[in-house]
Order: sequence, then structure tokens, then C-alpha cells
Amino acid sequence: MNPLLTKFKALEDNVERALIPFLVLGDPDYKTSLELLTAIAKEADMLELGFAFSDPIADGKTVQAADQRALKAGMTTEKNFELIKELRKETDIPINLLVYANLVYQQGIGKFFRLAQQAKVDSVLIADVPPEESNEFEIKARKYKIQLIFMVSPLTNKERLQKIENKTTGFIYYVARLGVTGAKEDLKERSLKHLKEIKPLLRKPICVGFGISNKEQVRKVAEAGADGIIVGSALIKIIEQNLNKKEDLIQLSVAFVKELKEATRYV
Amino acid sequence: MKKGYFGEFGGIFMPETLIPAVQQLEQVFISAQQDGNFKQELEKILKEFVGRPTPITFCKNLSEQLGCKIYLKREDLAHTGAHKINNAIGQALLAKRMGKKRIIAETGAGQHGVATATAAAFLGMDCTIYMGTVDIERQKQNVFRMKLLGAKIHPVDSGSKTLKDAINEALRDWAGSVETTHYLLGSALGPHPYPEMVAYFQTVIGKEAKKQILKMQGSLPDAVIACVGGGSNAIGIFKGFIRDKKVRLIGVEAGGRGIKRHHHAARFADPVAGRLGIIHGSKTFVLQDPDGQIDNTHSVSAGLDYSAVGPEHAYLRKKKRAEYDFATDTDCLKGFEELSKQEGIIPALESAHAVGYLIKHHAEFKDQVVLINLSGRGDKDLEIASKELGVKIE
Repeated sequence: MNPLLTKFKALEDNVERALIPFLVLGDPDYKTSLELLTAIAKEADMLELGFAFSDPIADGKTVQAADQRALKAGMTTEKNFELIKELRKETDIPINLLVYANLVYQQGIGKFFRLAQQAKVDSVLIADVPPEESNEFEIKARKYKIQLIFMVSPLTNKERLQKIENKTTGFIYYVARLGVTGAKEDLKERSLKHLKEIKPLLRKPICVGFGISNKEQVRKVAEAGADGIIVGSALIKIIEQNLNKKEDLIQLSVAFVKELKEATRYV
Repeated sequence: MKKGYFGEFGGIFMPETLIPAVQQLEQVFISAQQDGNFKQELEKILKEFVGRPTPITFCKNLSEQLGCKIYLKREDLAHTGAHKINNAIGQALLAKRMGKKRIIAETGAGQHGVATATAAAFLGMDCTIYMGTVDIERQKQNVFRMKLLGAKIHPVDSGSKTLKDAINEALRDWAGSVETTHYLLGSALGPHPYPEMVAYFQTVIGKEAKKQILKMQGSLPDAVIACVGGGSNAIGIFKGFIRDKKVRLIGVEAGGRGIKRHHHAARFADPVAGRLGIIHGSKTFVLQDPDGQIDNTHSVSAGLDYSAVGPEHAYLRKKKRAEYDFATDTDCLKGFEELSKQEGIIPALESAHAVGYLIKHHAEFKDQVVLINLSGRGDKDLEIASKELGVKIE
């Protein structure tokens, strides 16, 4: 079993679900990002880390603004991996990358996964690579022992769900609402219902993201059967609101993650 | 060839949330092509509402001056003033077929936005147009035109604030509204089936032009020239001549202020930034930095101001069936002025790139028959052209 699945198993044995914060590497800058991630890693079960991209079509305004800050701060693919390597000295929790296809493609697919392996990354989700286009990526991911994550949505039918599960070597990423990432007050009942329906059909862990912004929602999603809950935009908003107060930025973020983590226990 | 690909170019690089929508679209597109009633309805609208066939015009004065026989395919005379309406009507009919009542679209110059708003008004559908704030500023008349046609304008002020980010925003809208909304993409770009589908609806240009020039000139042209942004007007006219191997097919990209990073939109002309990449659903040539971050571009014409080219053009270039070159802003303005003065036809700044290219390279075409796709009319560009040419209008 790979470390990622081992982690899910351990959490399950402990009657809790994974809390997975999402942040963009280098947001708002390299140094702050490293400090922030180091602090958050102590409270979270896994991390999802985004590579900033100029045209993030699967993300909403909050994440796009984070991407822009990171790019402005000079983040590159090389620096992203450097940052992960430094972070790895401080934490051994699973790290999942969220990237766009062109960033992988421009490195050379093989080289990208090799760099990921060297940085001790566990898994990669390529936001704009559906199973129809994933063959080349799968071959290299397998070679460098990186797990591949694929998305499903409330519109995914059962046949396609099976196809996607077969491709996934890590967990399945459930997009909890139609539309792009972004903190939303109400999590659609429809998504929760669909999640409850498909959960018993799956052998692999399923983690839920998009639009989850507070502990009540985390609890609801956990109770609906999610093995992990991903919180991104709501966390990034804390960065956005504290750009000039680095200490607050880190303290508030850590407190928020702690609070969310509490909601994943004893489910 | 792999489904959705032109050789190694194309594909369906989309987030999972949009996959059911593009798959549904593909199915409906396939069934519509085999449905005589659909074709009949489309043809009827193109004839009675759009005003097709558009004529070809022989340019007597410019031909004498440049020493070649120049014909224009007059897409500027299609309803709404550009070729964009062909695709807008076609896709809006498909949307109706899917039972979708709302249409969204991106626009650069505004021509596609106007065409979409027009198609939506004609077919009684809801319409929202995404447009960069930079483009809104330089295409005010078209913005008003779209509003008048009943469309909502959604200004986009993220990133480049031009076409590239208008597409990003439209895709985001679509991800949240796929069940009720059709994304009416305006160029031969994006994930499968868009490049193939847009080309299908624009092929009417090439089909008509071939018949017309055979009738008027008595022979095929030696060369067909069209401007290439995403490349829908070019692919539309090229398709009519693609099997006639002796006809040179020339696509003209926007050279902007010259081939320097961020100062142009000529994907094939920039050996450093213009590389194969994956953007907006498709593997194709795109201007980018070494890591793959997409470049901002520049062109005097908003319609060509885009970082990627349609995948089928990348394929035609690789197969050496079409050739691609560029015209700078200056070449374009020269074409704009000359065609207006000599022939009494004010071209869109996009189309003026094709005219400017011929003027610059006319020696190469001596005594030859050249067909230019005049993809749109220039009324929308008067303000910007007057500024560029240093003419004050009060």
C-alpha cells in the first residue's frame, strides 16, 4: 500500500477523516509560504499544493488571485519544487500537487514526475487532464511512483465513475459543486446526496473539495461519507486579508485549520 | 487519428466538470450533421437572415497597382458585418436541439459577441457575453450593439483583460451552468468538438468562394489569403480549396509591433515563445514562457490578439498544406487605408492583415490570381484606426 492509502487507513482506524488544506505554493511569497505551510502541516493530515498558472480555468477568483501573487513573487516550476523540498524537511504528511497540464507538458512529462518524486510528492492531480487524455501522464507517474488523482462531479454518471476510479491510483477528488473553486455558504444538498449514493460503490478513498468554507460544512461532508475534505479558497482568503500582517496571516490560518480538523474527528 | 485530434494537435483537455457538456455537444453535433432537417433550417436562416451567399468582388484598382488579380470574399457583407455569424447561428441551433435556453460566449473584437447576441435574439434565447475590459474600451460600439440586441455584458478584468481571460471566465460560468447553458465558442479553438464544429459551420465560406471564383475567373486562385487569430475565417475559406493542392493557402497572423516577446500574437513566427502547449482545452501552438505560463499578446486588432492558434492550423502547417506568415500593425493599417481608398471597402483591422500582407509581398504574386477572405467590415474599428493613423475625429 502506498503512503497515501496507508494514511487513509490509519485515519479510518482512528475514526476520523482527512483534513486537507489547499494553498498555492509561493503565495504570497516564497518565504511566507514556507513558514505558513510548515505551521499548517502540523495541524493537517495531508496538504494539497497548487502550482500557480496564468490561466487556471478550473479555479475561481480567489485561487486565481493567489496564482497571480505567487507568479508576481517570482514562483517558477523549479522554485515550487525547491519549496516542497524545504517543506519536506519539516513534515512527512502526504503531499498532493494540483497543476495544469501545460506546466507538466513544458517540463517534459517524465521530467516533471521525476522532479515530483525527488521532492517526495505523493500524488498529482492535473486539473485539465480527464481520463481521455491521461495515458502519457499515467505511464510516467507509474514510472516515478507518483499516484494520480482524478476528479468526479455531481454530473458524473456511474459508468464514468467506474472508469475514473480505475484510473485513479490515489484518491478520487469529488467536486462538491458545479462551477469553480470558491468559498460558498451553502453546500448543495444535491452534491451531498450524490456523494452518499456513490460512496458505497467505491473501493478507493474519495475526498471532497470546492466550496467548503467552514467547520459545519466539513462535518456535513464527513458525515456524507468523504474520506477527506479539501479546503482552499476559504483559507486563501485569510492570506488575502492579511497580506501586510504576516504574523496574523500565519496564526489565523493555523487556528482556522485546527478548527476544521476538529470537525473531522469521531465521524 | 485519435478522436478529437488533428495529427498530434487538439484533444479534450478540460476539467471533469465540463466533460459531460462537451460529450453531449459532440453527440448532438454528430446527429445534426446527419439530419436533413437541421441542414435545411440552417441553410434557410443563412439565406434569409444572414444574407448568404456573400459575393466575391474583383478589386480592379488594387489589382492594377500590385500587378496581380485580387478577389475578395465578402464576409463583411454578411449580417452583423463578419463571418462570425455563420458559426453563431449554427451553434445556437445546436443549443436549441439540446434544449438549452441560455447562451454564453467570449468576444475579443466584439464581432463574435455581436453575432452571438444576434443569433440569441433571433432564436429567442438568453445571452451573456464575456469581454475583457481592455477590449470593452477599444470596441465601445460593439458593446452597445450587443446590449441593444438584448445581451448582458460581463466585463472581465482579470489577467490580460482581453480575449484570453474572457475565455477563462466564460469557461468558469459554463462549469457552473452546463445543464442549462451552451458555451458558444467563436473560433476554431478549445476542446473537441469545437475546432471541428466551428470549421464545419465556417466551411460555407470556402464552398461558396470556390464556385464563385470558378465562375468569375474561370480558374482556381493561385493563392488564398486569410488572417488567423484563433483561425475560424481562415479554416472556413481554406476548407473549400484544401483538396486543390496547387492552391497556396496562406494564413496571416498578427505581427503587432514586431516579433518581440509580448508585442505580437504570431504563434508560428516566434521560435522561442511560440511552442506546442496545452491551453483552453487543446494541444496547439501557444505563446508562453519557458515554464508554460501563457504570454500576454498585442495586436492593433482585438480579434487577433490571442496567444494560441486553432489546432487544425498547427496540423495544416505541419503537413505543409498551408503556410503561415505575419503582418505587423503597420502593414495592417496600410491595408486598411489602401483598400478603403482604392476599392471603397473599409475592412476590419483583422481582415486588413491579409490585405496588408499582400501589399507587402505583392511581388511574389505577380500575374497570379489571389483570393483574400475579407472576414469583416471596419466600421467597428474607425475610432482605433483614426487614433493609430493620427486623424482626429470629433
